[in-house]
Amino acid sequence: MEKVTQFQELWIWAEQRNGKLMRVSLELLSKGRELAEKLGVRLAAVLIGDQAEAMARELISYGADKVHLVEDARLKLYQSDVYTNILEALIHSYSPGILLLGGTTIGMDLAPRVAARVQTGLTAHCVDLTIEAVNGQPKLIGTVPGWGGNMMVQISWKDRYPQMATVKPGVLDKPVQDEGRKGEIIKLQPHVKDEDFKAKTVDLVEEKIEGMPLEDADVVVAGGWGMNAAGGFKLIGELAGVLSASTAGTRPAIDAGWMPEEHMIGSSGKTISPKLFVSLGASGAMHFTTGFSKAKVVLAVDKNPQAPIFDVCDIGIVGDVGEIIPSLVKELSTAK
Amino acid sequence: MSLDIVVCIKQVPDPQHFSKITLDPVKQTIRREGIPAIMNPLDRHAVEEALRLREKYAGKVTAITMGPPQAAEILQDACAMGVNDVILLSDRVFAGADSLATVYPLAAAIQKIGKFDLVICGNESVDGATQQVGPQLAELLGIPHVTYVNKIENFADGSMTVKRVIEQGYLKIHLQLPALITVVKEINEYRLPTVMAIMEATCKEITVWSNNDIHADGEKIGLDGSPTNVFGVFEQKSTRKRNMLKGTPEEVAKQAVQWLRKLEAM
Repeated sequence: MEKVTQFQELWIWAEQRNGKLMRVSLELLSKGRELAEKLGVRLAAVLIGDQAEAMARELISYGADKVHLVEDARLKLYQSDVYTNILEALIHSYSPGILLLGGTTIGMDLAPRVAARVQTGLTAHCVDLTIEAVNGQPKLIGTVPGWGGNMMVQISWKDRYPQMATVKPGVLDKPVQDEGRKGEIIKLQPHVKDEDFKAKTVDLVEEKIEGMPLEDADVVVAGGWGMNAAGGFKLIGELAGVLSASTAGTRPAIDAGWMPEEHMIGSSGKTISPKLFVSLGASGAMHFTTGFSKAKVVLAVDKNPQAPIFDVCDIGIVGDVGEIIPSLVKELSTAK
Repeated sequence: MSLDIVVCIKQVPDPQHFSKITLDPVKQTIRREGIPAIMNPLDRHAVEEALRLREKYAGKVTAITMGPPQAAEILQDACAMGVNDVILLSDRVFAGADSLATVYPLAAAIQKIGKFDLVICGNESVDGATQQVGPQLAELLGIPHVTYVNKIENFADGSMTVKRVIEQGYLKIHLQLPALITVVKEINEYRLPTVMAIMEATCKEITVWSNNDIHADGEKIGLDGSPTNVFGVFEQKSTRKRNMLKGTPEEVAKQAVQWLRKLEAM
């Protein structure tokens, strides 16, 4: 692994939509900074868009030493083929050792295509990335939630570069901005041909979401498959009502159609850090619990005393959700 | 117009039994004995979308899966839903693959099938959930892709227009065929096969291919061909308080509210 230190740069892909940087791209700069300093390399961001120089400066203010800026009016919206071509060309020119991407719906579309193009390893949904000394050499290790129980799986990369990983929004902290920070902006003229757009994004439509985004809620009440016998969503909604909480669900609850996909918590859904997280009728598979591991307080209700959810809660109640939730609702309404 | 569609499906452990899955800390493998296996839920939507396109434009739907011999169960399932042909890609040399090493045999098999207009996959599996197989398969097949598709808006000869969801809204994308799309749940309500169809489906012939049939590059497949590998497994130690409340529903509710106050969670 001594090869890694021969690299000059660690990269993050900075995603923009409608001329605004996605928050997760800034979050990546905090982890990127930490890893780059350990390896003694520069932290660079790749930014693709149209008239994006202000965003490039913003990336520097959040910790990038350098920004590879690719501007073209045809690249304002995400274009999977052409963005892949550009990243491939940049990777071949600069040989970065590591490339991190935010696990947004678009990052998850681009990262695998690029990894397959340059024939390198990609690990999805990393909850941590560290540099470990293995046989005296620095080695990148990604941590991903494993199956059930409380297991975490560590993934390493073979000697193919860049070593790629995606990290979901909300997993890393956003770094502190320093407007006076200096950095280098390298402008690149892409060789883009109109016929390269085989999957051509022609429109981006942003819809206003009703109410508060799940990520910003102080209290979140989430239901799992165990709510099925208790009539599904209705009780979750009642408890959420008295707590002024947002509602969420596990994968099986979302699949049962109790709430839309955007309300899913866990490794294939959202990662949140509310003051209070209430888990109802969820056994506590790692794929779910990883989504709220940063919550301040966790209250869990499930009928199975052996359910792993009780290992990751502060307050646990073993019982029938159909009986416990109405009691909680009653107690909370009178306690107000 | 007639369409040749390939649907990639995967057998996964039933998510309702996920909590019973453990990791063998010595062998670092997944212990999933006794866990029922099902067709990945989103793959059912992929099969459904293929069948709807066939009903509208005529053509043929082939379902393919890679896995151990028992993965044939989900191919029978796909037959019962109404696909024309099913292929099981099964060989020990494919085992232990990460996403990139998984798509080499899949791409080789799809190329062996011959001409196709569209490949449809579920957007993610409930087990690995990496969302990587679709775009990587498209790359190896040399065709464009769109993930998170929730609507096929328009289908003309040689191209289609799709909607794909993003965090708060959607993108509209013109796609040249042949292409690969991965679908999300909202794209359709899938059909439930009739008992007759299920019984008849068990009689359908399943084509089984090993690597001798598709000749995927031995250097790029299975555990050894994977560019990532498992480095270690560790137990996540929880620092939560784990106060278990006892009593009647009324009593525990009272205690719970007291705790929430004490912990300043309200």
